[in-house]
Amino acid sequence: MSTIDVASTQHGGAGRIVRGLLRSPLLAALAYPHGVDRYTELVRPLLLTDGVRAEVTRVHHQTQKSVTLTLRPNENWRGFRAGQFVGVSVEVDGVRLTRPYSPAGCERSADGSLELTVSTHPEGRVSRHLRDHARAGMIVALTQAQGDFVLPEKRPGRVLLISGGSGITPVMAMLRTLCEEGFEGEIGFLNYARSSVTALYDPELRKLARDHKRLRVARGFTRARGPQLSGRFAREHLSAVISDHADAATFICGPPMLIDAVRAIWAEDGLPEPAVETFTPPALRFDTGGAAGRVSFAISGREVANSGLALLEQAEDAGLAPDHGCRMGICNTCSAHKTAGTVRNVISGGLSSAGEEQIRICVSVPVGDVVLDL
Amino acid sequence: MSSPEPELTPEQLETFGQELDAIRARVVGDLGGRDVDYINRLIRVQRGLEVTGRGLLFLGFLPPAWIGGTAALSLSKILDNMEIGHNIMHGQYDWTGDERLNGKTFEWDTACPGDQWRHSHNYSHHTHTNIVGKDRDIGYGILRMSEDERWRPYYLGNPFYAALLATFFQYGVAMHDVEAEQIAAGESTLDEEKREKLRAVWRKVRGQTLKDYVLFPLLSGPSLPFVLAGNATANLTRNLWAFTIIFCGHFPDGTRQFTEEETENETRGEWYYRQMLGSANLTGGKVFHILAGNLSYQIEHHLFPDLPAHRYGEISDEVREIRERYGIPYNTGPLYKQFGSVVRKIVKLALPPLPGLRGSEPVVDEPARQARPQKLASAKTGTRKLSAAKKGGHEQPAPKVATRKRVAAA
Repeated sequence: MSTIDVASTQHGGAGRIVRGLLRSPLLAALAYPHGVDRYTELVRPLLLTDGVRAEVTRVHHQTQKSVTLTLRPNENWRGFRAGQFVGVSVEVDGVRLTRPYSPAGCERSADGSLELTVSTHPEGRVSRHLRDHARAGMIVALTQAQGDFVLPEKRPGRVLLISGGSGITPVMAMLRTLCEEGFEGEIGFLNYARSSVTALYDPELRKLARDHKRLRVARGFTRARGPQLSGRFAREHLSAVISDHADAATFICGPPMLIDAVRAIWAEDGLPEPAVETFTPPALRFDTGGAAGRVSFAISGREVANSGLALLEQAEDAGLAPDHGCRMGICNTCSAHKTAGTVRNVISGGLSSAGEEQIRICVSVPVGDVVLDL
Repeated sequence: MSSPEPELTPEQLETFGQELDAIRARVVGDLGGRDVDYINRLIRVQRGLEVTGRGLLFLGFLPPAWIGGTAALSLSKILDNMEIGHNIMHGQYDWTGDERLNGKTFEWDTACPGDQWRHSHNYSHHTHTNIVGKDRDIGYGILRMSEDERWRPYYLGNPFYAALLATFFQYGVAMHDVEAEQIAAGESTLDEEKREKLRAVWRKVRGQTLKDYVLFPLLSGPSLPFVLAGNATANLTRNLWAFTIIFCGHFPDGTRQFTEEETENETRGEWYYRQMLGSANLTGGKVFHILAGNLSYQIEHHLFPDLPAHRYGEISDEVREIRERYGIPYNTGPLYKQFGSVVRKIVKLALPPLPGLRGSEPVVDEPARQARPQKLASAKTGTRKLSAAKKGGHEQPAPKVATRKRVAAA
């Protein structure tokens, strides 16, 4: 199963006729050159032939530092698989900002709705905006779901879900999906939060653990004494939730420190790499001292000496304003065409080929001369 | 246009440029929700007018409906092209990150494809403003709008060509980037790039024609002739209006034109200086400025083409203060006056230069000559003399400016 036909569950026959009409070549010709959507959206913001938008239908605050939104996407939404993320765009002070959030709900919700839990960061403009200003009726733009941090279609016999902080959301979606579909294998759910004040989904996790005999949930608080576990992730914590971690399909989402700690143990045990997702940008390290070569922006005709920073920043420093979103290599908004030169991906450390290709300029640093179509 | 040395010293030009940069930086730092709300509100008004206009024209057999519908559709096209399309395509709202307001992809309700406009206008015209031989907005390649262009008998038709261009302005603009007149004159060839541009123009014209002259008239059934006439009138009104406003931007008396040599190796300060000298403003009320796409603040627009245009009015006093301090004339006036001087220029330049009036030392008021730097004086007062001779005693801003200049220098 890759997508859900939300349209068929959400809208009736009349809606289908309206959509058919809106997509007709005649209407497109009458609305030329702006397009039908640029008229319909002024009356009904969700009525689009192209593009996903959603209306916030419910807002609640599980903790002081988070907001949980229920969204009703329009008919262009193709659904998601548990573990994937969507780009959520909101306007903050006139500027449209996009951030990735993982839906936390079951991938087959009856009404096609989406649940997002957004944790605020002190510097997070979008997360703070949503916490403070999200109201029922607010419209947000969405991308289609992305990412391959997903449960395999053929469900494994044993699943281990490890998360930290706001990283609970994609594994929460996996857990809810497995529970909802009557998964009969063993599930271990290991979650870390700073303290009980910031712990998300506490009542629901207790209820799921009561209802599902083969699910074990354990939480650890890194800045307080935990209910079950104490301190940060350690090998001993595994046995609290899973009988045999070596045999479990493992999914980890959280800060780099947690991911590194789990990876180390998997490596010690000679196990294959677990599936990993992180939304906290690893502290991007730029080698500005050893930077060499020149960066040419072919379309604007500008050229600068390579400063060693990400190409997006170098372009901005050169006075360009390339499209961008997350600035952490996730959303692909900043994808630009490189016509020559090699770049290093600051997240993976990997080097690109020297030829033509699309690159994410927010996480690409030139290695010598680079030419970009910007 | 004789002397190549700058009027202001290089140091003055640099601080002049820095003062303007500071205005720009301040506005950029202040951009926010207010600007997005403004343009979105305007788009909503324009789309509302368009739908209302087209709706009313379906009842076009009733005279009030025809007049109302045609007026609404005319206003829609004017707003779409001027305050919305022209300004968005300058990238004035790119900072919003909203793809609907993206200057690189926006398309407008006129015959010229957005991509070609972005090249011919944003790049060619705004970079090479008023440089004779480089800025093809000087006369659009068909009119003689500068004394530096050699007169030919062809230009006897100058007023006629201008009227033709105004009537079919959207098609003139559409053919601008193809440089059709250069191809016709054998100065350029119809290479593959030009062919591709022509194909794009054809696609755009086809879409516009299909909508305005085929589909909406056919859909209206018995109202067909009324819809056809209404749509044609709306396009014509927009054409005449856009032509009028645009020709008032750089051709009224007192606007300066430049040679390529003068503008070689320009600094940023010199660039600002040229933009100021080459542009003219229009006075009017708030609605007038909006309908003019704020090109009535042509000077501010040419200094800061990528700032949201509704900000130009807010910074105009500051710009004017800086100009006065540096003794640069501020060319502004009501539409009838500015356009009147454009019309006179079109007529005057249809005729060959009269001996004794061109190339010779211009006759000017003594205070103006003393106070005004040579480069500016020779160009401006030359124009002044010619038009004054034509109209006889037509009042010019030059002496006033000269007085200000002297005060500033004192």
